Amino acid sequence: MPVILIISILAFLLLSLLPGDPAMIIAGEQASPAAIEQVRRQLGLDRSFLEQLGIWLFNLARGNFGSSLILNQSVLSAVGERLPVTLSLAALSIGFTIPVGVFLGSLAAYYRRTWIDSAVMTVALLGVSIPAFWIAILGVILFSVQLGWVPSSGFAPISQGLGGWFASMALPALTLSLFQIGFLARMTRSAMLDVLSQDYIRTARAKGLSEWRTVGKHALRNALILIITATGILLSAAIGGSVIIEQVFALPGIGRMVVQAIMARDYPLVQGTMLILGFTFVMINLIVDILYTLADPRVRHD
Amino acid sequence: MTDVGIGTRATAAAIAAPRGYGTLRRLLRHRSFLIGFTIIALLAILAVLAPLITPIDPSAMRVRLRFRPPQAAFWFGTDQFGRDVFTRVLYGARISLFVGFAVCVVSGLCSAVLGVIAAQLRRLDSAIMRLMDALMSFPAILLALGIAAALGPRVSSVIIALTVAYIPAGVRIVRAAALTVREMDFVQAAQVSGASSLRIVLRHILPNCLSPLLVHLTFIFAYAMLAEAALSFLGVGIQPPIASWGNIIAEGRDYATQAWWVMLFPGIAISLAALSLNLLGDALGDMLDPRLKGGE
Repeated sequence: MPVILIISILAFLLLSLLPGDPAMIIAGEQASPAAIEQVRRQLGLDRSFLEQLGIWLFNLARGNFGSSLILNQSVLSAVGERLPVTLSLAALSIGFTIPVGVFLGSLAAYYRRTWIDSAVMTVALLGVSIPAFWIAILGVILFSVQLGWVPSSGFAPISQGLGGWFASMALPALTLSLFQIGFLARMTRSAMLDVLSQDYIRTARAKGLSEWRTVGKHALRNALILIITATGILLSAAIGGSVIIEQVFALPGIGRMVVQAIMARDYPLVQGTMLILGFTFVMINLIVDILYTLADPRVRHD
Repeated sequence: MTDVGIGTRATAAAIAAPRGYGTLRRLLRHRSFLIGFTIIALLAILAVLAPLITPIDPSAMRVRLRFRPPQAAFWFGTDQFGRDVFTRVLYGARISLFVGFAVCVVSGLCSAVLGVIAAQLRRLDSAIMRLMDALMSFPAILLALGIAAALGPRVSSVIIALTVAYIPAGVRIVRAAALTVREMDFVQAAQVSGASSLRIVLRHILPNCLSPLLVHLTFIFAYAMLAEAALSFLGVGIQPPIASWGNIIAEGRDYATQAWWVMLFPGIAISLAALSLNLLGDALGDMLDPRLKGGE
């Protein structure tokens, strides 16, 4: 996989984007020359560029993604600790998104050019236009501060009871879903419109199949191919969005960690985390591609 | 990776769509185009004329006037330093629209160049596309976050970060369109009649890739603005005291329960701007790709 190698190099280059001397930036402006020298040696910045790249790639090959400067732990274990939070947020929001988005999109396509279509598409348009972090803050004011239905921030692990976990996750996941529902509904609608105008749908209707079987089985099934493609994008949007949403709800996930790492100039942690996420998405895209080939026999790899 | 799919067929139809005078006339009759265009044009005018519309300095602090709710003197109220929120939202529009537009233009240019190169010079194709695949493996906002953080908190770093994050999708679209156009009869005819490859690219291939790219860039404008707001909200984008919609919300957030107006209005402004651009993009897509008709 050349892509994996390119990602590794890109993540490595992230540090060299820093204007000026990375060691000085990381150690802080008031650091003594000795402290800067120590950071430099610790990060291997005193070696040549190619040597650094070689060491970086060699460490990666052994599963060593570097270690954090502030957390006193390796990047891999730091990410591992916070992964459940981010994953459950992403999973819950995708769990909301797929049924709702597909249903709304199909509804709009089936009732195209009626008020149902307009209403659904307006909602979808709002979903992709309203910033999630803003609606999240409004949600906290309404549901936590005013109504007191859910806690305004913090995370309750699933191991401490399903109810508490769901209460702490419901609002973040829902606000995260808005964009994705809008996106998926729009995508499903155009896929369904495409399918519904195909000859085999006319044939299905002509041979007397019920509307439910025609639309629910024939049409939706074909539209599903597109939806599989969309899940890769949805996952990416969910993880990307969680960076921001975790910040609003003070959820101890990967996104919050990355933002904190950036503020604390813990660049090795940023670098390592980006890399792990990059690898994860390469795997996800690979799985989506495979599913796509399985779902649509017309697609074959060269 | 599979290249077959959504992009190609849609762009083939877009390329076959009639262009020119008729399109413009149809656009002007398209409802979502009109709504979208009107809103974004209004916002742009307000942004440009901000100093004429409001005489107040956006960062002038008047502690005596802090947390005034919306009223005749302060349409959107005042914030924790007594700054006028209406003025700040207007000045924020300048930054937010500028960042969105800049990202749109720069990433559009880069996408056009890289996409056509990938389609024309087959030897560079896989190198370019693997690099794009690699960039696309990071969620766009995260990639932008990393780059913006490394480059330091400046307007230019936000623009660079978002441009890099949004180039890959554009390159894929241009490449797919260029690959389709290349096989069309009129390009082959130009080749046979002895036109140079540079002329073929500039006169035939590039112009025919522009409509799918234009539709895409309209959405990128919206995404870039939303992403800028998010980055500024997280504190790695536009830094106070320069007002941007994202950082006004971030500052207003701490006082959201007592002074809801500080964070409400910039949020509405972002939503309106993104909404209008999405409407525009939908309308352009509709017009340039008749296969996806059924909008309205």
